[in-house]
Amino acid sequence: MTRDSAATVDNMTTDAAKPGYRVIPVRHWGRLAAGIVTVALLASIVVSFARAEIDWSVVGQYFTYHTILTGFMVTIVLTVVAMVIGILLGVLVAVMRLSSNPVVSGIAWLYVWIFRGTPVYLQLLLWFNIALIFPHVGIPGVFSGRTVDLVTPFVAAILGLGLNQGAYTSEVVRAGILSVDEGQGEAAKALGLPSGALMRTVILPQAMRVILPPIGNETIGMLKTTSLASAIGASEVLNESQHIYLVNNMIMELLLVSAIWYLIAVSILSIIQYYIERRFAKGGSSKALPLTPWQKIVWFFTTRRSLA
Amino acid sequence: MNTQPLVRVEGLHKSFGPQEVLKGVSMEVHSGEVVCILGPSGSGKSTLLRCINFIEEPTAGLIFVGDEIIGHRRTPDAAVLQQVRESEIARQRQDIGMVFQKFNLFPHMTVLENITHAPRLVKHIAAGPAKATAMDLLEKVGLANRAGAYPRQLSGGQQQRVAIARALAMEPKLVLFDEPTSALDPELVGDVLEVMKDLATGGLTMIVVTHEIGFAREVADRVIFVDDGVIVEQGTPAEVLDTPSHERTKAFLSRVLS
Repeated sequence: MTRDSAATVDNMTTDAAKPGYRVIPVRHWGRLAAGIVTVALLASIVVSFARAEIDWSVVGQYFTYHTILTGFMVTIVLTVVAMVIGILLGVLVAVMRLSSNPVVSGIAWLYVWIFRGTPVYLQLLLWFNIALIFPHVGIPGVFSGRTVDLVTPFVAAILGLGLNQGAYTSEVVRAGILSVDEGQGEAAKALGLPSGALMRTVILPQAMRVILPPIGNETIGMLKTTSLASAIGASEVLNESQHIYLVNNMIMELLLVSAIWYLIAVSILSIIQYYIERRFAKGGSSKALPLTPWQKIVWFFTTRRSLA
Repeated sequence: MNTQPLVRVEGLHKSFGPQEVLKGVSMEVHSGEVVCILGPSGSGKSTLLRCINFIEEPTAGLIFVGDEIIGHRRTPDAAVLQQVRESEIARQRQDIGMVFQKFNLFPHMTVLENITHAPRLVKHIAAGPAKATAMDLLEKVGLANRAGAYPRQLSGGQQQRVAIARALAMEPKLVLFDEPTSALDPELVGDVLEVMKDLATGGLTMIVVTHEIGFAREVADRVIFVDDGVIVEQGTPAEVLDTPSHERTKAFLSRVLS
């Protein structure tokens, strides 16, 4: 009975679309099966978390604990400062790498070779222990000091993460610069633009469309890589969680607190990335830009309202 | 016509690796003259044009434009030239406009921004006057209504006319055209050639590498035929196109005109 009525409904709609024929739509059995399996697996994970000895009230209690909040702020500051250093260095090194001066491009190559060629964890340890090589730092006559006082865990983390990021970013920027059509540089040269202005106003803005998506990815990666700085005692969010669970033994609860903070930050970064990429898509395609998710929501409700 | 040529090319050689593309080219162009360079593809005619503004650096030979020796500076010793830096070459290029086969408009700027960019940045002209000049030029090429459009929203012919306006905005003494109509659909060629004819009539000095024999015949003061890296013959359009004296010119023309 129900089958019949369903078939009638089917007939009615398809008859209208293709007169004289009954059209059987494609059945996606694979999708259905995959969907059922996925939901079952998710449900079992949720159940095991719910049954496990996790005291969710502790998660809630420590979620806004003051050292966790300051730790999260340190994570954000580390991410932002390391990425700013990474991007500035990356653009500089990429331009140096493409220079016709062999000394300049050689230095850039060496920098990338060293900082991309060693693990970032090892680099963090090197910076943290740099006093073993340079016990004193300073500019003669201006200031001088002991390296141990100057290179705190935070400073070592900034140096390690920023310099490592610079090496990666330079390769991204270089690929972006090389992706711009040669004719663009020729046209700018023919107009008499000096090489600095040419790079800044003609090449880099066009390279941005290629550079930005991977930079967005790397920023998200950096947010999580800052957790390595806990190994040298920088007081970012994971390190603060560890400090707490070493005392109260609520290991899983505090790891979850950190995980939730990371997820929040990554979600916000993803939204920012989306809008920045949209902005730089200007002039890149003859197609109109697709609606943003927010515009889609607004569109949905306003058209519904106008229908009613 | 002045006795002092505006452009003088002397003994120009250009090699790419082992391949010698220009094998000693010398020529002169006077102020106000329109010179068309013809030749089979691969003959070196585009390279010759690109050497004049040092987009390609010549392997040997000198380029004189006005009082300047491109890429060089005179020294007190008349027999000694000083090579100059890229920034100095950029200054020398301000007087030499160039129009490319593939337009090479800046895709991230509007039509207006494309035209005002170099005058504002290089000549430090204020926004108002730069825009006024740009609008005059757009009027001239028939695109005043497209000032706010992005290059991708324009047809090839429109893009090339914007590119011409962009070159003219720097008020160059000389404009180089590198096969300006070769990338265009046939029905769009006419508009671009019409603009170039107007410029020629207006007294602009132009060196045009082209396959448009009709344009060369009608507009050029002089035609230069290049083959295999050397100038084979040159003269008025009537001399070169109607009564060519060299076999290579005759062979080329019979292929192009058939």
